[in-house]
Amino acid sequence: MFSWDLLANAVVAGLLLGGFYAAVSLGISLIFGLLDIANIAQPAFVILGSYAAYVLHEGYGMDPILTGVLFTPVFYLIGALVYRVYYASFERRGDEALRGLVFFFGVLFIIEVSLSLKYGVDYRLVQTGYLSRSIELGGVGVAFRYLVPCVVGVAMTAGLYLFLGRTFYGRAIMAVSQDQAALRLMGADPIHIKTIAFGVGIAAASLAGALLISIAPVIPSTDRDYIGRMFAITVLGGMGSIGGTLVAAVILGVVESLMATFFGPSWSLAVSFGILLAALAVRPAGLFGR
Amino acid sequence: MSRVVLALLVGLAVIAAGIALAVVRVNPYFYFAAYVILQYVVIATAWNILGGYAGYVNFGTPAFFAMGAYTAVFLIRSVKPPLAVLILAGGLVAALLGLGIGYLTLRLRGTFFSIATLALSVVLQTIIINWEYVGGSRGLSVLRPSGPPFGNYVVFLFTVMLALAVIAVMTARFIERSWVGRGLAALRDNEEAAECMGVPTLKLKLFATTVSGFLLGVAGAPFPYYVTFVEPNSAFALDYAVNALAMPMIGGTTSWVGPVIGAVLLGTAQQLATVTISSELNLLIVGVVLVGFVVVAPEGILGLIRRLRTR
Repeated sequence: MFSWDLLANAVVAGLLLGGFYAAVSLGISLIFGLLDIANIAQPAFVILGSYAAYVLHEGYGMDPILTGVLFTPVFYLIGALVYRVYYASFERRGDEALRGLVFFFGVLFIIEVSLSLKYGVDYRLVQTGYLSRSIELGGVGVAFRYLVPCVVGVAMTAGLYLFLGRTFYGRAIMAVSQDQAALRLMGADPIHIKTIAFGVGIAAASLAGALLISIAPVIPSTDRDYIGRMFAITVLGGMGSIGGTLVAAVILGVVESLMATFFGPSWSLAVSFGILLAALAVRPAGLFGR
Repeated sequence: MSRVVLALLVGLAVIAAGIALAVVRVNPYFYFAAYVILQYVVIATAWNILGGYAGYVNFGTPAFFAMGAYTAVFLIRSVKPPLAVLILAGGLVAALLGLGIGYLTLRLRGTFFSIATLALSVVLQTIIINWEYVGGSRGLSVLRPSGPPFGNYVVFLFTVMLALAVIAVMTARFIERSWVGRGLAALRDNEEAAECMGVPTLKLKLFATTVSGFLLGVAGAPFPYYVTFVEPNSAFALDYAVNALAMPMIGGTTSWVGPVIGAVLLGTAQQLATVTISSELNLLIVGVVLVGFVVVAPEGILGLIRRLRTR
């Protein structure tokens, strides 16, 4: 017996999940989509953000999303530093393809293992008063636990969109992704611009991590579940397209939610990877690719 | 020709020495630890055939390894054939998967290929978790066959893995020195240029992915008998992916010696660290050493030696 009620609930949950997935994928959309740097350590930075939110919440009762915002400068500096090391060791030598990938894989592994050494492999979750509430919208229950991350995610997407389109540095980042040599001729330093872009991408992970631990329990190895999702969304959305990232994130969220509702949650992870494989094989340029 | 004979003799000598070691019997833990190191020699060598020679970075090592292990589990549950059949079957299934990945390289290069292999690993793990017959997410205990040909079963597995390591290394050495190796090196440096010069790049890539997959599956097939309890998290462990690329990177990717050096050094260090410190910390050491090497010594230990010689 097919239940329309179940379907409506699954679609709404998927839409909300999609907003959150957009928040998680914005960083990689910027770093991989625009700068063409295969930073597969991005999900590990997201988990790092989750643990920052967790520690401050446990220790001082801080709101997770506030922590996420407060930590963005720290993450920005970490990101800038990582990019400088990456640039000096690989990009300058023209050696980024193989060894750069291995470098980021190593960084991912270091972050993951360090977190499990420090905090163990127990599931961690942040509980606050407002997150446990929910509202009823037209017969469909909407939990704040999902609604808040979705709203923040959409706001982040809008913010990044405006930053890239309207500000000087944002336009410089768009320029560096198109033609680095031309940017140099215009008197701007592409490495400086890329450092900023990479820093912003990692800073986004701080907030995304705070949202993640508000939605679901996190362990240090949760990052692996998000590698595929992030890259699936970035590729499906069209490399570096910020609007496309949001659309692709919503598609993935809805499909995953439908799979989880009708076939069981253990299959939802395979969906994202299936979409990634299909997108890579059929249309590598993505939905909104240039 | 005489060099091939010499290499074969050296290989046989190593296996004979291993059997002698098995008969002499030292501390039982030695075999237990040495098995893991030899398993990594096979994995690192297999990874390097695709990653080092052809330049396609495979993050999906756990998928191939687990294919070998779970093929073995399936066969043990259904017909319980001898170990040699398990190894061959595990290798063949993983080789088939490798062939599939090879066709993927038609569309996917560089980073996209690597991400796709990672995705493949997660998809396969999901399928295994949902497949109750081979244990599902809870795992399955496996009974070792009684009465190994000699020694106890771990000692027997140790010699088997030693033989597999010798075969893997000799295969890699043979590929490297033949025209196939030169063709792979050409497509690693510039795939379009190689194709234009008449190098059959697709055939070579399919060959590399299939052989690499076969050897990774072979390394995984004896795994159920070694651990006697197989569950998805240990068979698909990210440790295999990291070690598979850390070991050749540390040793040096351009020659068959590199992965062997890397696997023996890093494998031994990990075994010592697991006993003396903790297994989590030894993984951290692998990560730090890996990042340190790609930043400071991108050509690995072999590159360092070469640099010292030419100075």
